[in-house]
Amino acid sequence: MSAIVAVGDVNVAQNVGFGVIALMMIVAAVRVVSTNDVVHAALWLVLVLAGVAAQYILAAAEFVAVSQVLVYIGAVMVLFLFGIMLTRAQIGGDRDVNNPTWALGIPVAVLLFGVLAWSVLDGVDELPGVNDSVIVDRGPAPTEQLSDNFIGPYLVPFLALSFVLLAAAIGAIVLARKD
Amino acid sequence: MLAANFLLLAAVIFCIGVYGVIARRNAVLVLMSIELILNAVNLNLVAFALMNGTTDGQVFALFVIAIAAAEVGVGLAMVLMIYRNRQSISLDGLSEMKG
Amino acid sequence: MPAVLTSGWFLENAWLIPLIPGIGFAVILLVGKRLPMQGSEVGIATMAASLVIATGAAFQWIQRVDSAHDGESEGALAAAAGFARNVFPAAQEAGHSEPFIEPVIRKWVWWQNGGFEFGLGQHIDGLAIVLLFLVAFISLLVQIYSTEYVKGDRRYTHFFAAITLFSAGMLVMVLAENMVQLILGWEIMGLCSFLLIGHWWEDAGNSRAAVKAFLTVRVGDVGLLVGTAILFFGANAWATERGSNGFSIHAISGWALSGDGSDTVLLWAAIALFIACIGKSGQFPLHTWLPDAMAGPTPVSSLLHSSTMVVAGVFLVARLYPVFFEGLDILDSGVNLIAVIGGITIVIAAALAFVQNDIKRVLAYSTVSQLGYMMMGLGVGAWTPAVFHLFTHAFFKCCLFLCAGSVSHSGSHHSFDMKKDMGGLFKKMPITAWTWILATAALCGVPFFSGFFSKDEIIDNADHNGYPVFFVVGLIGAAMTAAYMTRATYLTFFGKPRGAAAGEHHGDEHGEEHEMAHVDDHTDEHAADVHGFGGAVVAGGDHHERPHESPWRITAPLIILATCAVFAGYLNAPATPFKTEKFAEWVEPRGVEVPAAEATAMLAVGSDGTASGETAPAESEEVAAEETHAEEAGAEEEAHGASGCGFDVPHGGVCFAPSLSHAEFKWSKALPSILLVAFGGLLSLWICIGIFSRDRFALKGLTTRFAPARWGHTFLVNKYYLDHLYEKVIVHGIAHPIARAAYWTNQHVLDGIVNGAGKFGRRSGEWVYRNIDQRVVDGAVNGSGLMASESGHALQPVQSGKVNQYGALLFGAAAVAAIVLVILNV
Repeated sequence: MSAIVAVGDVNVAQNVGFGVIALMMIVAAVRVVSTNDVVHAALWLVLVLAGVAAQYILAAAEFVAVSQVLVYIGAVMVLFLFGIMLTRAQIGGDRDVNNPTWALGIPVAVLLFGVLAWSVLDGVDELPGVNDSVIVDRGPAPTEQLSDNFIGPYLVPFLALSFVLLAAAIGAIVLARKD
Repeated sequence: MLAANFLLLAAVIFCIGVYGVIARRNAVLVLMSIELILNAVNLNLVAFALMNGTTDGQVFALFVIAIAAAEVGVGLAMVLMIYRNRQSISLDGLSEMKG
Repeated sequence: MPAVLTSGWFLENAWLIPLIPGIGFAVILLVGKRLPMQGSEVGIATMAASLVIATGAAFQWIQRVDSAHDGESEGALAAAAGFARNVFPAAQEAGHSEPFIEPVIRKWVWWQNGGFEFGLGQHIDGLAIVLLFLVAFISLLVQIYSTEYVKGDRRYTHFFAAITLFSAGMLVMVLAENMVQLILGWEIMGLCSFLLIGHWWEDAGNSRAAVKAFLTVRVGDVGLLVGTAILFFGANAWATERGSNGFSIHAISGWALSGDGSDTVLLWAAIALFIACIGKSGQFPLHTWLPDAMAGPTPVSSLLHSSTMVVAGVFLVARLYPVFFEGLDILDSGVNLIAVIGGITIVIAAALAFVQNDIKRVLAYSTVSQLGYMMMGLGVGAWTPAVFHLFTHAFFKCCLFLCAGSVSHSGSHHSFDMKKDMGGLFKKMPITAWTWILATAALCGVPFFSGFFSKDEIIDNADHNGYPVFFVVGLIGAAMTAAYMTRATYLTFFGKPRGAAAGEHHGDEHGEEHEMAHVDDHTDEHAADVHGFGGAVVAGGDHHERPHESPWRITAPLIILATCAVFAGYLNAPATPFKTEKFAEWVEPRGVEVPAAEATAMLAVGSDGTASGETAPAESEEVAAEETHAEEAGAEEEAHGASGCGFDVPHGGVCFAPSLSHAEFKWSKALPSILLVAFGGLLSLWICIGIFSRDRFALKGLTTRFAPARWGHTFLVNKYYLDHLYEKVIVHGIAHPIARAAYWTNQHVLDGIVNGAGKFGRRSGEWVYRNIDQRVVDGAVNGSGLMASESGHALQPVQSGKVNQYGALLFGAAAVAAIVLVILNV
């Protein structure tokens, strides 16, 4: 798995791949927030998450992609499905999954997208590495660098995160147990 | 141009997630929308790592993944408890915090 | 001399000073209740240990300064570890007589993130030494005093835990090596002040005062965070080049004077930091929390007002003086923010002290006013006099507060009301009265007491540095100080005994004027215990006792403090025949230029905990080589003309402090202030005797008979209406319209969207009409009375409890804010 060696727009295959996956992700994401069936929404979400993992590979972040598949598609989705099951959502359509004020979400989302897109497109020339015709091939996958980072400069956040996970695990047990 | 495309894609997914958080009534669906938002942010972080040629962005993406896992765990536990107490996970019934 | 004294051990290990009380706090909290003295012995022992180390460090610092002055860089002291590189001879050769005395800096990395290291450490220089000694000394005395004062209190152990942590917080801040550590200490103090002011939280008034103190200081703390961030981004590049980082206080000082930073950055950093000082040091206009903080037990007030908490702001200005010096153009411009705020504070706080009947409130306003002197001193470039005033003020103000506590403890039945419950106590409480009078003399600036030497020096230097207005303000303040302190002294100790002082006793009719508002005088001890309010048994249940002198644990600290209050001034007493100026010599940072190589070596202190002294042998050759090189370079550059740090950009070297000049003491210049003090005191005495002892007196009842006097009195009694301004105008005037606007938005915008776009178009005309007519016009007609009553309901719908609505508001607001930012940036 090499990092991207793209010569400007010449690397057509990669851009095409990006476009196809992006389109799939957008459609799936829209279905997640529009379908009336909770189980379907979860399945569409799987598609989005898998698309994100694929994008990570395109962005030369293999380790993150693998983690994405393991954690999200493997663990989080199972949690979601159990959650749906335990709360006995109807299989099949459900009438009242949306708020009465759902329409409010549209202007907010459009407004937010406008700002975000404008900022990205406005600042695109100043982004580093964007106009490089060749993104440097960093050789082997940066997993080793990642681990060095975790045990080195980011050690304290890493430890803090361990505490957060521990607290979350205990908290989830306390919240969910029957007593 | 590829890097900017990542950012735009992330913006789209983020806004869809925002719409979901506002529009959905079912608590589980709201949690899913939050997952969309988090994934969009992660995509941005990885894209920044790509642009800068460093791995710092990926480190942060991994942090976010771990936090998101914890968040879903606690979130679903809360949803379960709500369901047990009210036999419903509809969010608009949940207004005990009303001022 | 024993080796431990000559080796520099105390200076190297000054970090133990806050650590010991910090551990003491944990011990008291965990096992305090099981100890024989319920934890107070741990507090006292840890403070005593801190005091020993602080004294040792002070002693060694003096040796260090003296050896630097004598030029004995190769002497016995200098050869020992810790003294190896303290002298900097280059500047001396180039014509400066003052050597630069290197602070003892040590640093440990306690965490790093993304390659950036956050340190904890110590930065010991003259200023830190003064405060370390002061805080440890005063805290120890206050704790001894407290063992008697809060005896039998229900939360006795917690009181000692909190007060120990409080001192530890101040000590952490004082020896902070970097801004992050400074903020840490600053916030520990904020937390502990909250705990201590609200010690008797069962009374709603006390907990309200605690919240007020906490929140008011918090308003200022935002300034501290902002200022720290500005300084970090300003100084980081400069500091990184020299092996330090943008949080290091030493590096920030060097950077501020290097001329590298832009004036705007320094200006904003100085303003932001000064806002923090205004909040913490109770300067105008955020001084309102200080008098309310009197709700805490008296030892707390004493500690808070003398050496910790409120002087933290003054300390911050003194510590980062280069930033303020450059940012606000001190000495270079005719007027500046610090001096103006300090000057205003002196006068308004002194005026407020005249109308207070609560003895502690008089002292509180007096503290505010004296802090104004310190700030003004810093603002007019009188760094050393300001720090010296901080030093002397701590002794006499602590003494005064403890006297007030002693009076209420044994003389006036837990009342602090001078008019109702005091008077004529002089004979009954001779020790308290004499210590009070000595401390008052020091505070007023009576010649040859400590306050005279410090306060007059500030006033004198204001004139010397070209600030005649502040010279006059200082004189007026001095006269007012003398007058209100005479009034307080007279009311408390002379005249006819009144109320509790006369042996009468009464119930709770004073309400909040009683410190122990929950004490029901007519129930016995057991009943009070059943009520559960620990303050009830403070006086040992002996409520019918006549005024008497307090026990030794109260009087001993009083005597020690009064002695200090009288003699502390002689450390820097140019007025006496000895012409001692030791304080300036030991404490003042030298405004001399340090060549670049030496400065870099100083800034890049080993992050593994090795101080300069310990590594000195290994690198001594290298350093020596650098030194000779630097010497040559320095000498060459000095040939361009001697540069005073502060005004000129240093030539290749680094300045760590601006060079300041001092006014020369002359009796002729001190005379007006002495006369004014005497005048103020005597006038006040005459009025007091007239009003309170003679029935027929022209001025009696002036405030009720003569309208302008009445207005002035009312204005002062209402504290310039500042509290009203904050609550009525700001809270009601700004928050309520926002609440109404939010209500309106909720009712019409959100619901309108629900009703759908189709209906929206048709109904909008009618809808706007209804709102303009019904809401705006009606609202204006019905006026603010209705507004106030509706505000509670108005805020309610926003707090709908609906998650989605919160989400919509959150993201909508974020989007709007982003758009505003984008527009602003284009």
